Amino acid sequence: MPETMPVTITVNGETRRREVEPRMLLVEFLREELRLTGTHIGCDTSFCGACTVLLDGAPVKSCTLLAAQADGAEALTVEALEKDGELHPLQQAFSEHHGLQCGYCTPGMIMSSLALLAENPDPDAKAIRKALAGNVCRCTGYQNIIKAVQAAAGALRG
Amino acid sequence: MYPAPFRYHRPSTLDGAIALLADLGDGARPLAGGQSLIPILKMRMDEPSDLVDIGRLTELTEISQKGDRIHIGALATHARIAASEAARALPILRDCAGGIGDEQVRRIGTVGGSISIADPSSDWPTLLSVLDAEIVCRGPAGSRSVMIQDFIEDAYTTCLADAELVTEIQIPMPPENSGGAYIGFKKAAPAYPAAAVGAQLTLEDGQVCQDIQLALGAAGPVPVVSREVEQQLAGQPLTEKNLKQAAAALVELSDPPADARGSSEFKRAMLRSLFVRAVRRAMGRAGGEIITGEHDYA
Repeated sequence: MPETMPVTITVNGETRRREVEPRMLLVEFLREELRLTGTHIGCDTSFCGACTVLLDGAPVKSCTLLAAQADGAEALTVEALEKDGELHPLQQAFSEHHGLQCGYCTPGMIMSSLALLAENPDPDAKAIRKALAGNVCRCTGYQNIIKAVQAAAGALRG
Repeated sequence: MYPAPFRYHRPSTLDGAIALLADLGDGARPLAGGQSLIPILKMRMDEPSDLVDIGRLTELTEISQKGDRIHIGALATHARIAASEAARALPILRDCAGGIGDEQVRRIGTVGGSISIADPSSDWPTLLSVLDAEIVCRGPAGSRSVMIQDFIEDAYTTCLADAELVTEIQIPMPPENSGGAYIGFKKAAPAYPAAAVGAQLTLEDGQVCQDIQLALGAAGPVPVVSREVEQQLAGQPLTEKNLKQAAAALVELSDPPADARGSSEFKRAMLRSLFVRAVRRAMGRAGGEIITGEHDYA
């Protein structure tokens, strides 16, 4: 049996502890151990950003981080956004502005956008492009994604 | 993709980490942010027996300016360096740090980790070569300081001894009237650059070059520098003709490999063009212009 180690991560507000192999990646901890499959594995090479989650508020590529590195941290995944059947303004805006087609990249796009809007509540298109430069979409194109983030920013500002 | 199995350690002090690395021997690797190392492990290009996670040694994260030197802790992330006071004082530093990878990588990846891996396409070795940085290392035998040009020995090869870690980068602050710029050309944000050029210069009377330091990145196994080319430009007006001549002379010394980022010929053409653009941006900044700029995408 390979050696395991305890890893405790607070995911979406809930403290989750698992015994895992040290080589387990954060994305696998979320998907395989916790069955939170909203976080996607896309390229698996740190390129596409489909696996983006927030770790202590910062967007990270969870395919390029060991679960052990996140031990003791707070993680936020796309599952945290919908509350009582109500979509988060970012989810609502992606839907309304056709910010997705196949939807594979969407969880990562939304988590990167969430981190951006926490730091910059009124980003211009350039700031959005820079914040999302590490997230790749292969079907919709980026124009509607940028529109969606701007609309969500407006909704969140109220 | 999974890395091959390894044992994981998280010592709580720097000296503890060094002692552990020394005990564990050849098969152990330090883990900082992991943004270079984890992809290498996932592709099984390396299969260490042990990882020693130094990522939480907060004593190595400080960024400060002391006298005429900028001190950057080895574990400072690219994002924190880009947002630092030091980067405001030295725009070439911000060009480089703010253009590495993407937001996600910049939030986790560290300068010390990057130079310790010494990927020939990575940005820090080139930038630090322009600025004549010193790399402070600490191992079982104590601390020492090495010039960046001696630190990077070959592709993926540094002068770090067994169990020795980078602890700090020290950059001598260029003179007040100096200006610099760093431009990398990438196919997309998360990619390594296909070509990169850094320049830091001081002008006399607006256009005459008093002093210039240059380096080409992703242009061979190690950053390409030439004291001779720099000296030929000193005392000359930085006209288009002189810049193109110097660019051709420096790029002549490069040996960019043909790969997925482009043919050698394409990369040399990019290097020549980026050279002129980086020097012009540096001239503007030396003249007091505020120019924001990072890497370019295709």
